[in-house]
Amino acid sequence: MKNASTPLGRFWAEFRENRVAVVALAVVVLLMLLALFAAFVSPQNPYDMANLSLMDSRRPPGFVGSGGYTHLLGTDPQGRDLLSAIFYGLRISIQIGLAAGIVSLSLGTTLGILAAYVGGRVETLIMRAVDLQLSFPAILLALVIVALLGQGKAQLIGALVAAQYAYFARTAYGAAKAERGKDYIEAALATPMSGRLVVLRHLLPNCTPPLIVVATVQIANSISLEATLSFLGLGLPVTEPSLGMLISNGFPYMMSGRYWISFYPGVALIILIVAINLVGDQIRDQFNPRLRK
Amino acid sequence: MSPFLSIDDVSRLFGPNLTTGEKIAAKLGSKVETRSVRAVSDVTLSVRKGETLGLVGESGCGKSTLGRLIAGILPPTTGSVTIDGKPVMEKGTKVTTRVQTVFQDPFASLDPRMKVGDTVAEGPIAHGLTTKGQSRDYVAGWFERVGLDPDWAVRYPHQFSGGQRQRIAIARALAMQPDVLICDEPVASLDVSIQAQIINLFLELTHDLELTCVFISHDLSVVQHVSDRVAVMYLGRIVELGPVNEVFGTPAHPYTSALFGSVPKLVLDADELVHFETIDGEVPSPLSPPSGCYYHPRCPLATELCSGQQPATQGVTELRAVACHHFEQQLAKSTA
Amino acid sequence: MTTPVLSVKDLKTHFFTRAGVVKAVDGISFDLAEGEIMGLVGESGSGKTVTGFSLLGLVDAPGRIVEGSVKLKGTELTTLSTGELRSRRGRDISMIFQDPIATLNPMLTIGQQMRMAIDAHERLGARASEARAAELLTQVGIPSAKERLRAYPHEFSGGMRQRVAIAIALLHRPAVIVADEPTTALDVSIQAQILFQMRDLARETGTAMVWISHDLAVVSSLASKLAVMYAGRIVEQGPTATLLRDPRHPYTAGLIASLPAMAAPGTPLTQIPGTTPSLLSLPEGCPFAPRCDRATDTCKTDPSMTHQDNRGWRCFHPVTRTAEVPA
Repeated sequence: MKNASTPLGRFWAEFRENRVAVVALAVVVLLMLLALFAAFVSPQNPYDMANLSLMDSRRPPGFVGSGGYTHLLGTDPQGRDLLSAIFYGLRISIQIGLAAGIVSLSLGTTLGILAAYVGGRVETLIMRAVDLQLSFPAILLALVIVALLGQGKAQLIGALVAAQYAYFARTAYGAAKAERGKDYIEAALATPMSGRLVVLRHLLPNCTPPLIVVATVQIANSISLEATLSFLGLGLPVTEPSLGMLISNGFPYMMSGRYWISFYPGVALIILIVAINLVGDQIRDQFNPRLRK
Repeated sequence: MSPFLSIDDVSRLFGPNLTTGEKIAAKLGSKVETRSVRAVSDVTLSVRKGETLGLVGESGCGKSTLGRLIAGILPPTTGSVTIDGKPVMEKGTKVTTRVQTVFQDPFASLDPRMKVGDTVAEGPIAHGLTTKGQSRDYVAGWFERVGLDPDWAVRYPHQFSGGQRQRIAIARALAMQPDVLICDEPVASLDVSIQAQIINLFLELTHDLELTCVFISHDLSVVQHVSDRVAVMYLGRIVELGPVNEVFGTPAHPYTSALFGSVPKLVLDADELVHFETIDGEVPSPLSPPSGCYYHPRCPLATELCSGQQPATQGVTELRAVACHHFEQQLAKSTA
Repeated sequence: MTTPVLSVKDLKTHFFTRAGVVKAVDGISFDLAEGEIMGLVGESGSGKTVTGFSLLGLVDAPGRIVEGSVKLKGTELTTLSTGELRSRRGRDISMIFQDPIATLNPMLTIGQQMRMAIDAHERLGARASEARAAELLTQVGIPSAKERLRAYPHEFSGGMRQRVAIAIALLHRPAVIVADEPTTALDVSIQAQILFQMRDLARETGTAMVWISHDLAVVSSLASKLAVMYAGRIVEQGPTATLLRDPRHPYTAGLIASLPAMAAPGTPLTQIPGTTPSLLSLPEGCPFAPRCDRATDTCKTDPSMTHQDNRGWRCFHPVTRTAEVPA
C-alpha cells in the first residue's frame, strides 16, 4: 500500500483495491463526460427539428438515414438518432439527479445538524416532521408535488428534493448526534469557541462520510425517480426528453418488434444507476470500520 | 495566600432525560425512572495559585463531573466557580479562557479530520492570542514546549501514538494561555512506559508556567506523585481533603483508608503473596443513596449516628478537613 | 518439579494483512504448573492478548499460529480440529475477557447462560445445573446466588458481571484459565476483592491461570511468576519477586522504575524514551534497542533467551545491579 498521508490519498489508495468499484467509477465518469459533451459527441442534434425527418422514424440499429450517416442504435418515432438522444437524455437525467441530490443534501444536512446540535424543542419539531415524511413513499410524494406544481425542470427538482431531503436529515442527525457527544467537540466548546464555528469546523466535516454515502445512493434514486415520473408523463416537457421519456416514447412499439426505442435508453439508465450504486457501495464499505479487514 | 480558584457550594443534578412518550407513560403510572441524580453535591473547595489539587474516587463518584463544572463545560445547578474572583460561567455559557481542559482519551479528544496544528491554533486565533498569519510560529512554539517536532503540525491525529496525541492535547490547552488546567485522567489510557513521560511533562509545565491545576485520577499513585493536596470523593461528596502525604499517610476517613488499602502495590520484598485490604460491598446507586453518611453501609466504624445523620465537614488540622463522625477513631487507627 | 499442565513452546502467531506480516506473537515459551498463576505483562501491541487467544485456538483470519506447540495436560492443541478444540474450550481451558458486558448475552438470564455453558460439556438435570451454577456464583462472591440466577446481565454492576464471567469460566473446573485484563475496567476496591478471590480459587481448585495485564502492581500481588512481553516476544521471565526486585532486561527495569511509587512525590519519574515500535516495521535485532540506553552495536543482532536458575532474559547487556527500592 502507498504511504499516502492525506485522508483523501489514503481513501483513494483503498478505493483502488476494489476493481469493480474502479470500473464503475470509470463508467460514471465516462457517462458524465458523454453527457457534458453531448453536443460534440452526438452524430446528430436531436432537438434540431430541421435535422429530423419522419422518413427515418423507428428505423432499426444500423440503418443509414437521410442524413447520410449510420444510426448505430436506430431511431425513435420522431426520426431522431437514438444514440444522440441517449447522450442528450443522459445529460438531462444527470443534471436533474445531481441538482436534486445537492439541494436535498444541503437542506437535509442543515436541518439534521441543527436538530442534533440545538436539541430540545427544535430537535423534536424537525425530527418528527422528518419521521412523518419518511413514512410516505417517496414516489407518491413526488407525484403529488409534480401534479401540484406542474411540469418543468425547476418543479421536478423541487419535487425530488421534497421527496428526498428527509433521508439526508435523518442521516445527518444520526451522525451529528453521535459526534456531538465526543470529546473533541466538547474540547472545542470548552475553549470556548462559538457554536457556529464548532458546527462548521468540527461537526460538519465529521458528519460527511455517511452523508456522501447517502448522497451517491440518493443521486441514483433521483435519476430513477425522475425517469419514473417522466415515464408516467409527469416529468419534463416533451421538448427536453430525459432517459425516462425516451423509454416511454418507445414503449408502445415494444410489442411490434421495435424493441430498441425503449431498450437502449433503458440499458443506459441501468448502467448509470448500477455504476453509481457500485461506487456508493465501495465508499460505504470504506467508511464503515466494521466491514474492514 | 488567598484562594485563586474557588468552588463555592457547587452542586450538579442530572435529571432523567425523558422523551415525550416516557413522560406520558410516567403520568399514567408506568414505572419510569423520574428521580434525578446528584452527581456533585455541595462541594466547596479553594485552590491556591500554582497549586495542584488531586481529585480521587471510584467511578461514579462525581470527580469527572466536578472537573467539568470547574472547567466550564457543564453549568452547575447551584453554586459558582470563580477564578481570581471572576466567574467561569454566566447564564450557562463559559465566559473565560483562563481555564482549559486535558481530556482522558487522546483518541477521542482530537478532531480526526483536522490537522493537529490547526486544532491547536483555532482557539488562540478565535480569541486573539495569535493571528492567522503568525499562528504557524505560535503553534510551533507550543509543539516544542510539549516535546513534539513542529514539522508534525501538518499531520492528522491518526498518525500519532497515544502519548504523542496527549502531548498535542496538552499543547492545545496550553496554547490558550490558561491559569487553571483541569486534567481529567490524562494518563489513564496510556501505556505504562508512556505514562511516566506525560507525568514528567505535566510536572515540568505546571512548574514553569505556574499553572494552578486540578488533577483527576482513579490512580492514587499518580495523584500522590503530582498533587500538593488531594480531595477524596464518594457519591458526589468530598469526604476528605488535605495535603496528599498526610491524607494518604494517615487517612482520617475510613473510605480513604480502605481505598488506599485496596490499591495493588508492587510486591518486592516477600516471596509470600501479600494479603491486601478490601472494601466490602459495592458503591450504592446514586439514584438512591443511603441515609446519613453515604459510606456507612460499607464502613467498619459505622454506628447508629452514621445512618441517621450526615456528618458535617470539620477541620482535622489547619490544612485538613474530613466529613466523618468517627474521624478521631480512624485517625488513631491510621497512626497506629 | 511436576509435569506442567500447560506447556507452550516457541509459539508464533502471525497476522497476514494487506500491509504486511504482523508478527504479533513471535516465539514465546513457558510452562505452567497446577494451581500456578503466571502474570503476562506488556503494553498495548506487545502481543499479550494475541498470546491469550492463541492458547485457546481463538485466533481469527488473517491471523494464524504458524509455528510452535501448546500442550495442555500433554495434548497438543495446535493440531486439533476445530471441533475437538471446541470440546476442550470451556472444559479444560477457558478464558475471561476484559469486558464482561460483551461476553454476556443481554437477552438471557444469568441462570440460562450458565445452564448453556454446563450443557455444552455435560448432561446434568435442570436441578443439578442450577445447584452447580448457584454454588459457583457463591464461590465468586455473589450474595443470594439462587435469586440472582433469574436476573439479566444489565441488573448487575460491572464488578458483579465480571464475577459471573469468572463463575462461567470455572464451571467445568478447567485446568487452565486465561484471564485477559479482567479487572482493568473495574474500580480499585472491586479489583482488590476479585484479585483476592482469584488467588484463593487457584489455590483451592488447582486451576492454573495466565493473568494478562499491563499493570505490574496487579500481577505482582497475584502471580507467582511473571513473563514480560515486548514486541511479540517474552523479553524476561522468572519468579515474580526475583524478577521485580532484580530485573535483568532494561525494559523490565525501565517499567518498574517509571512507576510513580518509585520516585519521591513531585520529582521527575524515570522514563523510557520513545514509543513502542509498530509490529509492521520492527527494528533489526533487539526490538527494544532504539529505546535502550544500554544498546550497542551488538544489539543489531537478535538476542536469544539467556537462562539462569529458574529465570531467563533476552538481552546482551542485562542490568546486573540490584534495583534500589525505597522502603
